[in-house]
Amino acid sequence: MSDVTPDLELDLRGLLCPMPMVRVSQNISKVPVGGIVRAVATDAGSMADIPAWAKSTGNEVLQAEKSGSEFVFLVKRVK
Amino acid sequence: MSTQLDRELEAIAELEPVEGRKKISMVVMSGDMDKLFGAFLIGTGAAAMGMEVTMFFTFWGLRAIRRSDAKTGTTFFGKMIGMMYGGGIEKASPSKFSFGGMGRWMFGKMMGAHNVMTLTQLRDLAIDLGIKMYGCQMTMDVMEIPQESFVKGVQDPVGVGFFLGEAQESQITLFI
Repeated sequence: MSDVTPDLELDLRGLLCPMPMVRVSQNISKVPVGGIVRAVATDAGSMADIPAWAKSTGNEVLQAEKSGSEFVFLVKRVK
Repeated sequence: MSTQLDRELEAIAELEPVEGRKKISMVVMSGDMDKLFGAFLIGTGAAAMGMEVTMFFTFWGLRAIRRSDAKTGTTFFGKMIGMMYGGGIEKASPSKFSFGGMGRWMFGKMMGAHNVMTLTQLRDLAIDLGIKMYGCQMTMDVMEIPQESFVKGVQDPVGVGFFLGEAQESQITLFI
């Protein structure tokens, strides 16, 4: 997934529930349909929350990965 | 990644995709800090997930939508309630460890240390996210809390019939 170039980077480090999910939802419309948001969070709950958000809103999580103490997401805007 | 998390992600993946816009309706009767946190966390989370969210504030919950500088009450009892239960959402105390205001201060410090948003910020975010908030007309009358004492963005007061109508169309209903 490292070959993917995100259209928008979101720094969600330090934010707690429900803010990582809220910020992703507020910013997804800033990229075009098919565009990619890369988000970095430190809230472990977001590993479950962001995929659930994507499922509910019809978007796609290309990657949800733990990297040290951070959680890195690649989210594709589907609609 | 833990196996617990794997199971949760698998469970989420098995959920049916959503058709149309889902809806959640909440009655917020409590004015306790911790319960208001719960209500606004669920509300903002649901709005972020694309759900339509309606919140009905009644009795002690009316504090959550009241301006902090609002003076309420016209009769003696009404003014007494306004004085003893005055202030806005920032005055909400936890349901346990209240200690006459100490608990609010302590929880505020602890939540600040963990970078949690304040209740006021969460309430304002909820309004920004388009959550529809209503005051209950009957309790507003009884407690002498007028619509003018509410923060901007609160809808006109409603009654139980309106709530039940909203609740009937909702997939999730909560009473907090």
